[in-house]
Amino acid sequence: MEWLPTLWFIVIAVLWCGYLFLEGFDLGVGMLIGLGRNTEKRKRLLLNTIGPVWDGNEVWLITAAGAIFAAFPHWYASLFSALYIPLTLVLIALIFRAVAIEYRGKAITAPTRKAWDLALGLGSLVAAFGVGAMLASTTLGLPLNENGDRVGGPFAWLTWHAVLGGIAVVAFCWVHALAFLRLKTDGPVREEAGKLVGRWMPVAILPLLLWAVWVIASNESAIAWLCLVLSVIALVVAGLTGRARKEGISFIALGVTMLAAVAAIFIAAFPVVLPSTLDSAFDLTIQTASSTPYTLKLMSIVAAFGVPLVLAYQAWSYWVFRKRLREEHIPESHRVKSIVK
Amino acid sequence: MDALEIARWQFGITTVYHFLMVPLTIGLGLTVAVLQTIWHRTGNEHWLRMTKFWGKLFLINFIMGVATGLVQEFQFGMAWSEYSRYVGDVFGAPLAMEALLAFFVESTFLGLWIFGWKKLPKRLHLATIWCASLATMLSAYFILVANSWMQHPVGTELIDGRAVMTDAWAVFTNNTALITFPHTLFGAFAVAGGFLLGISWFHLYRRRKEGIDTVDANGRVIVGEDLSLGRNRDKTDYQVWIKSLRIGASVAVVAFLGVALTGHEQAKLMFEQQPMKMASAEAACHDGTGFSVLSLGDITAHGATNCDDVVAVFEIPGILSFLANGDFTTEIKGVNTLIPEYQEKYGKYYPQDESFGQYAGQEIDYLPVMEVTYWGFRLMITFGGLSAVAAAIALWITRKGTVPDNKWISRLAVLGIAAPFGANATGWIFTEMGRQPFTVAPNPQMGGVDQVFMYTAASVSPTVSAGELLFSLIALTSIYAVLLVVELVLLTRYIRGGVASAMPELESETHQDSTHSKTHDDNDDDDVLAFAY
Repeated sequence: MEWLPTLWFIVIAVLWCGYLFLEGFDLGVGMLIGLGRNTEKRKRLLLNTIGPVWDGNEVWLITAAGAIFAAFPHWYASLFSALYIPLTLVLIALIFRAVAIEYRGKAITAPTRKAWDLALGLGSLVAAFGVGAMLASTTLGLPLNENGDRVGGPFAWLTWHAVLGGIAVVAFCWVHALAFLRLKTDGPVREEAGKLVGRWMPVAILPLLLWAVWVIASNESAIAWLCLVLSVIALVVAGLTGRARKEGISFIALGVTMLAAVAAIFIAAFPVVLPSTLDSAFDLTIQTASSTPYTLKLMSIVAAFGVPLVLAYQAWSYWVFRKRLREEHIPESHRVKSIVK
Repeated sequence: MDALEIARWQFGITTVYHFLMVPLTIGLGLTVAVLQTIWHRTGNEHWLRMTKFWGKLFLINFIMGVATGLVQEFQFGMAWSEYSRYVGDVFGAPLAMEALLAFFVESTFLGLWIFGWKKLPKRLHLATIWCASLATMLSAYFILVANSWMQHPVGTELIDGRAVMTDAWAVFTNNTALITFPHTLFGAFAVAGGFLLGISWFHLYRRRKEGIDTVDANGRVIVGEDLSLGRNRDKTDYQVWIKSLRIGASVAVVAFLGVALTGHEQAKLMFEQQPMKMASAEAACHDGTGFSVLSLGDITAHGATNCDDVVAVFEIPGILSFLANGDFTTEIKGVNTLIPEYQEKYGKYYPQDESFGQYAGQEIDYLPVMEVTYWGFRLMITFGGLSAVAAAIALWITRKGTVPDNKWISRLAVLGIAAPFGANATGWIFTEMGRQPFTVAPNPQMGGVDQVFMYTAASVSPTVSAGELLFSLIALTSIYAVLLVVELVLLTRYIRGGVASAMPELESETHQDSTHSKTHDDNDDDDVLAFAY
C-alpha cells in the first residue's frame, strides 16, 4: 500500500490543475468585469459567459482543500495555519466575489452596482494572487519548525517565490479568460479578446514558467524538465493556432501550457509536499504528512467513483451552455417593482 | 482575550452565521423541487409561479451559504491546526466526500436549473432541481457525520498520538449521526415552513388590505383581481399565496413533530454519551429525576464549588428521567457527581505539554458554561414549540381561505419567520458549547485517558498569533454583518415585488413572454439565454 500516498499526491495535483483550468477563466473574467473599462451591457455579457458554471468551478478549490485534509492532514494543518493572513484575505475575496456575481444585477443604483463590480474585480484578483502564493509556498517552502508550525510571525510567508506564484496565477487567469471569451462570445468582444490574447500570451505565461524553473532548479527531475518543454511547445501551439483563428484549439493549448507547467512543478516537488526553509529535516513529505492506508483506501474508492462522475456532469453542463453569446442576447435587466403601496 | 478564546469566538460566529443560510437552503430546495414537480403533474400556472418565486428567494439565500461555507473548509487548518493534525485521518474524509459528492452536484445542477429553463427538456430540467436539492441533504449528512464524531468518536483508535480511522462503517453509521441527521433536516424544514407561512401571510394580508380579496358574511374569501400591474395580482396570484401559506404551515407543524421525536432520541443518547452536557443543560447539580422549568441563581459560576448556589424554582419530577431513559424514576447524575468521575477518568490537570500553551498544568474545568447550555436548550425548545403552535393556529385561522385584515397579526407572522432560525442557532450553540472543554468529547464506552479525545485548549494553531486571529475575527464579523443587511434588503425587495420579481413577464398584460417579445431573425439564437445575470 506504499503507493497510496503517491496516488493521493497525484489526485491533489489533479484537483489543483482542475481548479486553475476551470476557475482560471472565471477569475480572469471577474477581473475584466470589475477592473476593466466596459459598458454595462458588455459587463453583463462577460458575466453571463461564466454564469451557469462558475459556482461548480469553485468547488474544485473546496475539494482540493478537503482532499488535502483527508489525505495529508499535516500538510493541510501546516500550510493553512502558516498562511493565516493571506488565506483570510482569499476567503474574504471569494466571499465578496460570489456575492457580487449574484447580487450585482440586483443593484438598483449605479453606485451600488459599481461597488459590486469592484468587489468582483478585486475579489477575483486577490483570490487568484492568494491561491498562487499558497501553491508557490507549498512547492518552494515556508519557515516551519519541527512540529510543522510557522516560525517568524504573521508575514513570514511573504517571500519572493510567494509573490512570483501570485503574479503567475493572476497573469494566467487574465490571459486564460481572454482566450475563453474569444471562444464563448461573438462580436466585438471576440475580436478584442483575440487581439489581446495574441499580443500578451507569452508575457502572461512567463511568471508561471519561471516558477516552474525555480522549483525544478531546486529539485532536479528529468520528467519535470520534459513537462516544462511540453508546456513551452503548447504555448507556441496556442500562439500559432490563435493567429490562425482556431479559437478552440488555441484555448485548449493555452490550458495545456498551464497544466504542463503545474505538472512540472508538482513532479519536481515530489515527494515533498511542503518544504521547510529552515531545515530540510522538517520538510513534510507524502509519507510524514499522510493519513493511514486505511483512510487513503477508503478515499480512493470514493474518488474512483466520484471524480469521473463530476467530470461527466460538469462536461455535460458545458455542453448545454456551449453557444457563443452576443450582446444582443442579453435581455434588458429587470427592475423589481414593489407591489406594496 | 488570548488566541484560544478569539479562535473560539471566530469559529462560533462564522459557523452559526453559516447555519442561518443552510437550513433555509435545505428546506427551500426541497420545497421548490416539490412545487415544480406538482406543476409538471398538474400544469396549473400557480404552481409554476410558486416554483419561480420561492426559487428566486432560494437562490438569493443560497449564494450566501456558498460564500460563508468556504470559510468552513479552510478554518480548521488555519486556526485549529493541532486539531486538524490529530483528527485528520478520520475527520477529513467526510469533509472531502461532502465536497466531492455533494457540493459539485449542488453547484453544477443549480447552474443548470437557473439557466436551463428553456434549454433543457422539461423533465430533465425538473431532474436538475431534484439533484441539487438531494445534494444539499447529502452534504448535511456528511458534515453531521464529522460533527457527530466530535461528539461521540467511534470507529477509531489512538495510534502514535493521533486518532486513526479503523472502521469507516462505524464512523458513517455512528448512532449520534444517524439521529442528528433527521433532527437537522426537520429543523431545516421547520425553517422553510415558517418562511413560506410568514411571507405568504404578508401577501394575503396586502391583498385584503388593498381590497383585492374580501370575505363574505361567513368569513369565506371572495377572490378578486387588480390588473393595474399586469397579471401580478390576478386570481392566480391568490392561489400562489394561499397554497404556499397552507403548505408552509403544514410543513412547519409536521417538521416540529419530527424535530421533537428525533430530539428526544438524541437526548437519550446524549445522557449516555455526554452526561455532563445534559446535566449542565439542566443546571442539575445533584442527582435526581426532575426537569427544571426554571432554575435561578449563580448558574454562570464555573466549577463545582458554586454549583450549589443554583436553586431550582420549578421542577417537574420524573420528566428528566423520561428524557434520558424513557421512564420516570431513574436517577440522573448531576454535575457534582460527574465532575469527580471525569477527573478520575481523564485527569484533574491539563498535561504539561507544549500544545496546551498557557493552559498546560492548569486544572481542567469539565463544566460547560451552564448559562449557555441551560438557556440554549430551553430557547431551542421554546422557539421550536412557539413556531409550531403558531403554524397550527395559522392553519385554523386561514381555513376559510384568507387571512384577517389585521396589520399586527401580519407583522407577527413575518416576525415569526425568525423563530425557527432561532431554534436552529440556539440548538447548535447548546450542543457545541455543551461539548466543552473538549473538541472531541471522550466516548465513555471507550474508557480513560488512553482513548481518543481532545481538549479545546490543545486544538488551536500553536504559532498563529492572537493578533492574526483578531484581525480575521473582526474582518469576517463586520463583513458578515454588512452582508446580512444586504441579504435582508434584497430578500425584502424581492418579497415585496411579489411573483413578478421572479417572473417579469407577469408585468406585461398579455400572455406573451417578454424574453420572446424582441425580434430576432434567428429563433434558435433567441434561446441562448433564458435567464441572465
